[in-house]
Amino acid sequence: MLVDLAGGWNPMLGRLAWSQIPYDNPILAPLFVAVVIGAVLVLGLITYYGKWTYLWKEWLTTVDHKKLGVMYILIGLVMLFRGFIDGLMIRTQQAWAVGPHSSGVFGATHGYLTPFHFGQVYSAHGVIMILLAATPLLVGFMNIIVPIQIGARDMAYPYLNALGLWFTAAAGALIMISLFVGDFAHNGWFGYAPIFELQYSPGVGVDYWIWTMELLALGTTLGGINILATIIKMRAPGMTWGRLPIFVWASLASNVIALTSFPALQVALALVAADRYLGAHFFTAGLGGNLMLYTNLFWIWGHPEVYFVILPAFGMMSEIFPTFSEKPLFGYMTMVLASMAIAGVSWLVWLHHFFTMGAGPYVNSAFSVATMLVGIPTGVKVFNWAFTMYRGRLTFNAAMLWAIGALFLLLVGGLTGMMLAVPAINYMVHNSVFVVAHFHSMLLTIVYAIFASVIYWFPKVFGFKLNEFWAKTMFWLFSAGTALVFVPMYMLGFMGMTRRLDYVFNTAWHPYLLVMEFGIVVYTLSVLAFFALLYVSVRDHASNQVGADAWGTSRSLEWLTHSPVPFYNFAVLPHVNARDEVAWRRDNGIDHVQPDHYEDIHMPNNTGVAIVLGGLTFVLGFALVWRIWWLCAFSLLAIIALVIYRSFKGDPGYIITAAELEQMEKAAMRREARIGKQQHRVGSGVLGEAIAYARSDLPSLASQPGSTGGLDHRS
Amino acid sequence: MSSHGSNVDPKTAELWDKSHYQHDVISTRTFGYFMYLLSDGMLFATLFAAYGVLSYQHSYSGGPTPADFVKPWYTFAQTMALFVSVLSYGLAMNALKHKNKSGVINGLLAAFVLGVLFLALDIHDMTHLASSGITVATSGGMSAFIILTQVHAAHVFFGLIWILVMMAQVLAKGFTTDVVGRLLTLRMFWHLQAIIWVFVFVFVYLWGYMS
Ligand code: HEM
Ligand SMILES: [Cu+2]
Repeated sequence: MLVDLAGGWNPMLGRLAWSQIPYDNPILAPLFVAVVIGAVLVLGLITYYGKWTYLWKEWLTTVDHKKLGVMYILIGLVMLFRGFIDGLMIRTQQAWAVGPHSSGVFGATHGYLTPFHFGQVYSAHGVIMILLAATPLLVGFMNIIVPIQIGARDMAYPYLNALGLWFTAAAGALIMISLFVGDFAHNGWFGYAPIFELQYSPGVGVDYWIWTMELLALGTTLGGINILATIIKMRAPGMTWGRLPIFVWASLASNVIALTSFPALQVALALVAADRYLGAHFFTAGLGGNLMLYTNLFWIWGHPEVYFVILPAFGMMSEIFPTFSEKPLFGYMTMVLASMAIAGVSWLVWLHHFFTMGAGPYVNSAFSVATMLVGIPTGVKVFNWAFTMYRGRLTFNAAMLWAIGALFLLLVGGLTGMMLAVPAINYMVHNSVFVVAHFHSMLLTIVYAIFASVIYWFPKVFGFKLNEFWAKTMFWLFSAGTALVFVPMYMLGFMGMTRRLDYVFNTAWHPYLLVMEFGIVVYTLSVLAFFALLYVSVRDHASNQVGADAWGTSRSLEWLTHSPVPFYNFAVLPHVNARDEVAWRRDNGIDHVQPDHYEDIHMPNNTGVAIVLGGLTFVLGFALVWRIWWLCAFSLLAIIALVIYRSFKGDPGYIITAAELEQMEKAAMRREARIGKQQHRVGSGVLGEAIAYARSDLPSLASQPGSTGGLDHRS
Repeated sequence: MSSHGSNVDPKTAELWDKSHYQHDVISTRTFGYFMYLLSDGMLFATLFAAYGVLSYQHSYSGGPTPADFVKPWYTFAQTMALFVSVLSYGLAMNALKHKNKSGVINGLLAAFVLGVLFLALDIHDMTHLASSGITVATSGGMSAFIILTQVHAAHVFFGLIWILVMMAQVLAKGFTTDVVGRLLTLRMFWHLQAIIWVFVFVFVYLWGYMS
């Protein structure tokens, strides 16, 4: 029943052969050498400093949601960098290979990438940015922040949490190894029928794409279950639904989407695999297959997925605006409803990705109207944020700048989305770079929100702030890059430039493409600014220490516990009395009241099972790609055996005694006292304090009942 | 309500939990598992959708259709095997309420044997099809038919392994919180497979037989 393959196959190595290693490729071979040297260097340094035990005990086997979240974010940042390099390669090719007289090197007729290689680069760019950069970054933040914001000590299932991380890491490893062993898919991040069928894509590229995405889907579904269960089951006493921070609500809505939509992706890809491995005819052009079935199944996941990634970003913005406007979020209830509405409607619009399928005027209008409906809750959110800032005491620090940038991009992306939702317009610009510019505006909204959150929550996790100057420099460079790349891209879209061109035939577009190339150079500078930001911040960390309430104007529960957050989160679980509990306590002058006695607490043990399972799934994925059947069987059996082993062993957890707890808490409080109440207001924005006016008609904080000078520490 | 959505008096408010609030392990676990089953349901829903799209006349590309080979009584026997298996699992859970170890083991054993019967019937059916030249490669319609039914069978297969594991755990560890929690989640899993089978039986086998 297994299909015949074009190339060779042998029982030991499957399709693997020396010829699959691109050692003669002028781009990949040097890169490979660099990667090997880098890896040896890193491993050598770890060995030299004797950090292996530390790494294993503190990170690789951890089940602590904060450490797992940090690792998610690290993976996300590394993949963001890889995806950025892909983007740079795409832009360079398009700026170079314009018109029949453009030169060509490295075997390409025009530019420096052959069409096949170019196809791999943009496919990898899309998959990586959406599923391996944005998703892990957001999941990482949800992992770190959600449990603390609801006053829990960990996720509902700490071990499952580790498993989700290591599946994601395995997927990342799989897509990275496709650089050097075999090739990657060349058919775009969503792949279309029938080009991904074995007949038309005989290599292993599509197989890499399938199994990478399957692993990611698995990891994300597990993560989604975990976050949902955490929110629903683990809230601290008093944390009623009406008091839940908006980021938590957004995570809830987002993960409802993940839970329900990712199975559709899993099935769509599994059916592609059935076609390619078993010779089935789901999506083939003959023998009863149906090409549009794939397109439908993919976007039934694909559209909810885009809301899965944007909703947490909305949640982040909803935390940052109030903090730096010193006002509660405007329209809490409408914000909750809007998130849920977006999650619901996201299911009803998938067909707008292929209006041109020609389903007819009735179907197209129905989906067009449904798509425009999304604009209502999104608009509600935009106005809520604007009203939150309106007459607030604004602080334009770096986090706020990034959040405001996200707001502007959301407007651009949302409005162009509305245009695309009109079938008459869509027929004109479908598959043009206008669409590419639209969704980059949207996805960059997410990236902006993520960088805002990196700056905003960094002090909570690490105990010191990032450098404001470099964070702002990076912001302005990044924004200049965004404008330079995407404004011309919108224009080119209107001029009819289609997406994914490895050769641009129209020389009239050249100037625009050169501006975009310049934009990429500016982006590169912002990446350098990011490295400078990390370097300078870590160098100066001693002078940037912060206490529990790092910003002095924070509102939700994560700011109640120490910074950096102790591994048990809260020595005694807080009893929640208000929405924006920390702001409530601060305004009433009771924010420094500490618990008077401690009780033993029960914590889960570390486990090496999760990372080993991750490694085995990587092996399984690799074996499937290369059709090494014995290795598939072996790794699958090993996975089952390990799961059973873990199930027998269980985890009794361990106890932190009240005495130990008290000691650690005392140490943390001593640290806090040493830093002093330097809750300095950060007024160094572009416009500085000029705009941060004090107003007497705001519900006065000092005049709240029972507050005797609750404002002291802010003056 | 003030701007904080709170009408608690800060002077008397309880700030730290004094109730030694504990999360209920079993209910947290079964709830999470319920969500996993939701996603499993979505997986089958997608497969059914694919089957729906690929069960038109032209999907079979002139080749055999389910009407040519489905034997309703044979599949009915499978149905009964699975249903009685679920019933015996239910009886095992009843025994669990009375902390009756041998009752649990016997119920699980019966559920296991009937599950194996179900699977054996399915495998026999599939090898029979293959020997008459009908595989996933025959046509789009047959791909959908075989993959949908076999994904269900794969679920049953993993359920059977799990039943064995639970029998061993009940014997080795008795009714600890972990073991009881897993027995409950396995029960949910096993029930869901029977429910899905109802749809498979009706919409794939019977419908296919009639059309
Ligand atoms: C106001 C809300 C939105 C509307 C009305 C909207 C509308 C659309 C439409 C009609 C298309 C199809 C264009 C075509 O291919 O002809 C599209 C494509 C796309 N949108 Fe949006 N969109 C919205 C929000 C978002 C968000 C929030 C994201 C992601 C975070 C997003 C990401 C994408 C992506 C990735 C594609 C194209 C994927 C591809 O073809 O590769 N959109 N959008
Ligand atoms: Cu969409």
